[in-house]
Amino acid sequence: MNDKHKPILKVTINGKEYETKENETILELAKRNDIYIPTLCYHPDLCLSGVCRLCLVEVGGCRALQASCSTPVLNGMIIQTETELVNKSRRMVLELILANHYTGKSKCDKTLSCELQELFIKYKIEESRFGRPKEKRYKILDNTAVIRDNDKCIKCRRCVDACECMQCVEAIKPMYRSNELSIGSVFDVDLDKTGCVLCGQCINYCPTTALVEKESIKEVYEALNDPAKHVVVQTAPSMRATLAEEFNIPAGRSSTKKMTTALRKIGFDAIFDTNFSADLTIIEESAELLSRIKKKFLNKEESSLPLFTSCSPGWINYIEYFYPELLSNVSTCKSPQQMFGAIAKTYYANKINIHPKDIICVAVMPCTAKKFEANRPEMRDSGYKDVDYVLTIREFAKMIRRSNINLFELPDSDYDAPMGISSGAGLIFGVTGGVMEAAIRTAYEVVTKREVPFKNLDICPVRGMEGVREASLIIKNPIDEWKFLDGFELKVAVAHELRNAKKLLDSIKANESDYHFVEVMACPGGCLGGGGQPKPTNVEIRKKRARVIYEEDRALPYRKSHENPAIIELYKDFIGKPLGEKAHKLLHTYYTVRRD
Amino acid sequence: MQRKFILSNDYVFWEALNKVLSEPSQDFIELIKKSGLRGRGGAGFPTGLKLELVSKNGLGEKKYIVCNADEGEPGSFKDRELLFNHTEKFIEGMIASGYAVGASMGFIYLRAEYKWMLKNLLNKIKQIREKNYLGKNILNKNFDFDIEIRCNAGAYICGEESSLIESMEGKRGEPRNRPPFPVEHGYINFPTLVDNVETFANLPYIVKYGDEEFKKYGTQKSPGTKLFSISGDCPKPGIYEFDLGCTLLDLLKACEATDVRAVQVGGAAGVTVAPKDFKKSICYSELSPEGSIIIFNKSRNMFEVLKNFTDFFKEESCGLCTPCREGVPKIAEAVDKIIKKESIPDSHIEVLMELADVMKVASKCGLGQTASNPFVYIYKNFADNHHPF
Ligand SMILES: Cc1cc2nc3c(=O)[nH]c(=O)nc-3n(C[C@H](O)[C@H](O)[C@H](O)COP(=O)(O)O)c2cc1C
Ligand code: SF4
Ligand code: SF4
Ligand code: SF4
Ligand code: FES
Repeated sequence: MNDKHKPILKVTINGKEYETKENETILELAKRNDIYIPTLCYHPDLCLSGVCRLCLVEVGGCRALQASCSTPVLNGMIIQTETELVNKSRRMVLELILANHYTGKSKCDKTLSCELQELFIKYKIEESRFGRPKEKRYKILDNTAVIRDNDKCIKCRRCVDACECMQCVEAIKPMYRSNELSIGSVFDVDLDKTGCVLCGQCINYCPTTALVEKESIKEVYEALNDPAKHVVVQTAPSMRATLAEEFNIPAGRSSTKKMTTALRKIGFDAIFDTNFSADLTIIEESAELLSRIKKKFLNKEESSLPLFTSCSPGWINYIEYFYPELLSNVSTCKSPQQMFGAIAKTYYANKINIHPKDIICVAVMPCTAKKFEANRPEMRDSGYKDVDYVLTIREFAKMIRRSNINLFELPDSDYDAPMGISSGAGLIFGVTGGVMEAAIRTAYEVVTKREVPFKNLDICPVRGMEGVREASLIIKNPIDEWKFLDGFELKVAVAHELRNAKKLLDSIKANESDYHFVEVMACPGGCLGGGGQPKPTNVEIRKKRARVIYEEDRALPYRKSHENPAIIELYKDFIGKPLGEKAHKLLHTYYTVRRD
Repeated sequence: MQRKFILSNDYVFWEALNKVLSEPSQDFIELIKKSGLRGRGGAGFPTGLKLELVSKNGLGEKKYIVCNADEGEPGSFKDRELLFNHTEKFIEGMIASGYAVGASMGFIYLRAEYKWMLKNLLNKIKQIREKNYLGKNILNKNFDFDIEIRCNAGAYICGEESSLIESMEGKRGEPRNRPPFPVEHGYINFPTLVDNVETFANLPYIVKYGDEEFKKYGTQKSPGTKLFSISGDCPKPGIYEFDLGCTLLDLLKACEATDVRAVQVGGAAGVTVAPKDFKKSICYSELSPEGSIIIFNKSRNMFEVLKNFTDFFKEESCGLCTPCREGVPKIAEAVDKIIKKESIPDSHIEVLMELADVMKVASKCGLGQTASNPFVYIYKNFADNHHPF
């Protein structure tokens, strides 16, 4: 039904009348009107909740209190959000949670983002009248990049929802009943045997610190303190748009030129940019796309289309486990992180005349799956581990705090050459649709020698936060080599969150779609919603982060990967041709079926 | 007044159904509405209204009938009697309801402990199907209806209708957010009518004798009779049928109980009634008419009784929501202490009473909302300085 034709409902909250349309919960209506209701298990990105019972309100005519997060409004409803009973109940719920919340002898780290801590402070709950657990009851599960400490878990199930509703992985479930209930991987097997793709979304949505990433901070400091090591760092595209949030600055502020200074202060020897290797990825991946298209449409040979992007390691883990029959469609391009490592320990090592064994390559990433990716045995094409350590943005923020650096009081500085030189095309990798846009900017020009026909090079049809977006582009007047593409309609699709990827995969498997190129990012909004990003997250925050990225792209001198002078030089001096022999050795990879 | 209405033997299968299927479905719904019959599964929802809601919801969609035969309440065994010895009665009620709402499939959700009667039930269903009271085009009335049996895995919470449906769908048995209610989004999201065995068993009688006759039993607001499973300290435990509006004194007299200290009405989730309240009438407006009646005589330590109940809840809470999952163990801890004669400061008893209040209004489902009842009732009525008398 069209919204316009829906009847208007009148609802009274705390004595004041509000109007609304159907299908809204009490909580949504209250929030829209700035009426505060505390929540814990509810999150706007996830499914309906009703688990924690913190958001209770009084509804006229109901004997029991109602969970506002999961109760739809009805016409004439009379709601009270702050009665004595409501507050008594909320405090009791918090006290009960605290009574079962073991944080060890030390107090909680106040700098961590913990919604529970905020609520305890808000409701002035310091101790529980039911006491506190005296000892640890659960083993810390730390054999993957996602660490679970169930002593801190409040059983809100946000992680379960993120894994199940958003990612369609279903690696974790509530198990057992009553106060024995715990959240964990199905049948208590190790997380890496469940199909978990290590996207880290469960961490992002956890309101406590029961879920955290496995840190590499210690190892990085050790490398920094080792005079024999030349420590280079690469920073992911999205980081500059989100890091500020770790320092209590609302989403939407860039810290590009500050974080480079911070990295220098912390002691990294060269400050490089993953945007550089994102440009490199575009050169290889657009060449791969065009060669697959040529094979199929000119040579009429077998060639796997659509081509899937390969930069999101959570996505790679997903397709390796859940859709291995489509692996031949995945681009063989390594992700920018891994291309960077392979180039740093060959080309760059040679250039600065340091033995690759003495180079430590650190990546600051919005992602927990990147930690897994760096550890893949095949990612050693330089002869060494291409990327030694991956820090999440949250870990990097911890290092900044530990160094007592005030990020926004630092002077500006730039990335180092050559691997810090990049284009706006590399930058937009940080947002869903960005890889697609960057690839089209280059591929179209390769084929036609003209710029893509979009105002300001902004390919708006692939932008936005819709779960699946489709676009097509007709190629006109190509150069001779690509004459067969004259009038060709290039069909592309973009998906973020694995549930949306699943929709695309199922339609491709059923031969219901005829895309040529598909971008998938495992996380909501792409990397800017990645599992290593600052908490909290929601669609409003992600839109603000995206805006920073697009604005910065618009202002950069180079907007197209193939115009990046450092990339041009790299091919000239070292790699040779895209998809050439050296490119194959260093920049491409293969995939394995992860399911037994 | 004690009588045999539901349990009577002058019942002829198909008599009522023949009538129902010959008339517009709306007539049956109207009849049940007029009869004032309310659900016998605990919540006491008007049965006719539920029929109407399911019949109106989701036009043209699939619909389902579910007979709640989970009978998980401690001390209740009246559904067992109906399931085993009066099978045709409630099945007839299910078929009539299916016709009324436009469902062609019904399920009997059977308690795990009743699996022993599965064969018998399946046999009976087979016989009924052979006579074409079930199956396609039932007795040429152009109406299809069939029944399958699903078994619970043994969780008390699965008797709660939305958990029951989750469990039927192969999921973890936990209550759903309501609304939407099963009458709108039930089994695999289609409108679903969930009624207790006894509720279904009432329907053929109301059809046969009419709503006026039905309303002669019971009180004006609580018409009809009710089955009680009486157990505990009495010489004649068993199943009794009484008019609604009877008193505990009537029941105690019938089962010849003497020297009674307390009666638990409604199982673990019910209320513990002290002798001063034995004259209260059992109906929807006073002592809620639940099937389970457990009698405790004066030799009983009421705190041992309490421990039984709290342990039951500690075992059976599904663990979904905070107040019940975290609250029940706190009460159980205190009861353990009391039993071990460890002292509990008054101030903590107050905290527990506050917790009990909150659990009543803050828990997600009926289990948590009633789980503190035994503690509150027994403590208030039977404790003297924290010591049982
Ligand atoms: C914890 C819990 C357990 C329940 N167990 C049963 C049960 O075993 N049998 C039953 O008929 N109803 C049970 N109910 C009530 C059902 O949710 C539902 O109200 C009932 O089946 C509706 O049937 P009625 O309208 O015929 O009473 C239970 C409710 C709760 C909250
Ligand atoms: S990391 Fe991703 S896939 Fe793994 S459990 Fe968490 S949400 Fe699920
Ligand atoms: S791990 Fe975190 S998100 Fe998951 S249930 Fe526990 S507290 Fe909630
Ligand atoms: S009240 Fe108890 S049984 Fe009901 S949902 Fe909450 S935890 Fe589960
Ligand atoms: S926020 Fe509504 S129940 Fe948790």
